[in-house]
Amino acid sequence: MANMRLDKNPMPEQEPNVRNKNFKEVALGYTAEMAIDEAKRCLNCKNQPCVSGCPVNVRIPEFLSLVAEGKFLEAAEVVKSTNSLPAICGRVCPQETQCEKFCIRGKKGEPVGIGRIERFVADYAMANSKEQPQVPAKNGHKVAVIGSGPAGLTCAGDLAKKGYDVTIFEALHTAGGVLVYGIPEFRLPKALVREEIATVEALGVKIIPDMVIGKCITLDELLDEEGFEAAFIGSGAGLPNFQKIPGENLMGVYSANEFLTRINLMKAYDFPNHDTPIKVGKTVAVIGGGNVAMDAARCAKRMGAETVYIVYRRSDAELPARAEEVHHAKEEGIIFKMLTNPTKILGDEEGRVRAMEVIEMELGEPDDSGRRRPVPKAGSEYEMEVQTVVVGIGTSPNPLIKSTTPGLETQKWGGIIADEETGKTSREGVYAGGDAVTGAATVILAMGAGKKAAAAIDEYIQNK
Amino acid sequence: MFPIVKKRVLNPTVTYMEILAPHIAKKAKPGQFIMLRINEDGERIPLTIAGYDREAGTVTIIFQKVGYTTYALDDLNEGDSLLDFVGPLGVPSEFEGLKKVCVVGGGLGVAIAYPQAKALHDMGVEVDFIVGFKNKDLIILEEEFTNACTNLFVMTDDGSNGHKGFVTAALEEQLNAGVKYDAVIAIGPLIMMKVVCDMTRDKGIKTIVSMNPIMVDGTGMCGCCRLTVDGQTRFACVDGPDFDGHLVDFDEVIARSRMYRDEEAESMKKHECRLTGGVR
Repeated sequence: MANMRLDKNPMPEQEPNVRNKNFKEVALGYTAEMAIDEAKRCLNCKNQPCVSGCPVNVRIPEFLSLVAEGKFLEAAEVVKSTNSLPAICGRVCPQETQCEKFCIRGKKGEPVGIGRIERFVADYAMANSKEQPQVPAKNGHKVAVIGSGPAGLTCAGDLAKKGYDVTIFEALHTAGGVLVYGIPEFRLPKALVREEIATVEALGVKIIPDMVIGKCITLDELLDEEGFEAAFIGSGAGLPNFQKIPGENLMGVYSANEFLTRINLMKAYDFPNHDTPIKVGKTVAVIGGGNVAMDAARCAKRMGAETVYIVYRRSDAELPARAEEVHHAKEEGIIFKMLTNPTKILGDEEGRVRAMEVIEMELGEPDDSGRRRPVPKAGSEYEMEVQTVVVGIGTSPNPLIKSTTPGLETQKWGGIIADEETGKTSREGVYAGGDAVTGAATVILAMGAGKKAAAAIDEYIQNK
Repeated sequence: MFPIVKKRVLNPTVTYMEILAPHIAKKAKPGQFIMLRINEDGERIPLTIAGYDREAGTVTIIFQKVGYTTYALDDLNEGDSLLDFVGPLGVPSEFEGLKKVCVVGGGLGVAIAYPQAKALHDMGVEVDFIVGFKNKDLIILEEEFTNACTNLFVMTDDGSNGHKGFVTAALEEQLNAGVKYDAVIAIGPLIMMKVVCDMTRDKGIKTIVSMNPIMVDGTGMCGCCRLTVDGQTRFACVDGPDFDGHLVDFDEVIARSRMYRDEEAESMKKHECRLTGGVR
């Protein structure tokens, strides 16, 4: 008999006023009892709407019923059979727009806390499973994967399971892509990312850091000289966008990428024990309303800023961030200035930020995205006193690979053109997926794309 | 890991190192740079590629001890290794169509300007190479410089080698004497590059500068190295490091270079503590 409680088992969390001063994980995870209780809320629907809401089609009711029986390791096996990074997905997936959105329990009350249970199962398996994954017999075919973020890791993992000799080329010094440079420790502990990557390496995948494809070696050289039969580009959307307003090059203006990279990848929060510095003023404005903006704002608070604003040109209802991130940010004391858009950043005589001029907005007719277009209210400009501005309005794909790979077609805005079902690009044997194709999106969509491309690459090589 | 195969202390503040990195040595071209990280806690810093030996698989870096990381780098010796060494990054210098060029190197820029002068010289371009040092004891690589140009001008701030003045004075002398250059390549402290650009602007001499701003990743990801060129924001790491000096907003670049002045001082204290056990 299902547990008919209407709301999810709440997630144990660090207190907002404690956690906004440390970088430890905010959500502490379910206990076994909570996981079992929550899993029992699943009605085991015949048509499994949740599964079709998952970009990697995790067999959700199947693993939930194993959890309900206390069979956590078996449940983990079910999850891992289609999702190679479950501890990550359980933490950072926007479940409310995916699996949980379609959960029947959500029609009356809250949906089953699928993400929370997935996280529990993955963490449990990581702590308790002694089994080493079997390294599959090699089939003699070499595949190159560019980028070790979620798309690349998934593609590489799936290909390795089929016996391919896979090498991942990573531009930075640490594998993980956005999982290590972008998403902060308090949302996704890096030790855990390292462990999930280690499970991919245990399948025989080689990861070579410090390799900027297009500069250190080109894609053509990999295919023509290094013996790779196919390549997957999962190089992400690493190029930060700026607003192109006056004052953006003043000292104290960061792209969200730079701000987060200094803190997460380079550990600037531990300066001077780590060598990379960062400067966070007493008052910080973060521009944008996505997950990246939330991460930056919450990092700024943890770095000691007294007042942190999210400045977003639309309203609460349009915030693209995960609901949980917005909720957590508000709890931690981040001030949301909605319907507000920066017009210029003002500096002192040294060239350091002293204020930001903003204008109030109102919502007009719907635009191409279907959301109501924000329109400036004439004459409503005013100054906010800030010392640090973080621009988190999005990123574009890095052009390094495109510009060094003849015949690789891209969209006008830089995204690589790839078939949605297979990741096939305009170049034979070259596949692409994740943010490099779609522009900045989510971890799980990138993983879905990596998965599809792995299947397509397998088919391509087998039929050659 | 990337082993240091050769180290030479050129003068008390400038050090020469050859790093074993065959894949970079194979591709490197003048004007490009590498990013390095010494150890797990280290920061990523950009250094211009000062030379390469494609056969030996080595890349040469020459650096001045200016901050924590360069001091820590200088503490390493032959046989030690760098944890990370990435490159070649940035766009190679464009030398097409040049017949007579003046290469101006000041400060550490002399070492960075050297591969440019040499490449031009090897292409058959007539090269006047102006380098500057504080005094004659700090003069480095004089023989290499002589072999990389048509005419070498070595200036010292105090005149101790008999040629007193900044590099810009030597350039001015050449320009006033009516020497015609197709281009001037200026590499060195920001203020020096700015002065060179001011001197050549009115005369309409194309002037290329090599920018070396603060970077984090060096691949276009963070935007830390952005500067304004001809009114547009450009990234030194992927659009440069070479730019048309007449279009660069030097005042902004100079301001941005001071971003972490206080933190740099704090890091240096750490270095002193490590050397002296806290005794200053």
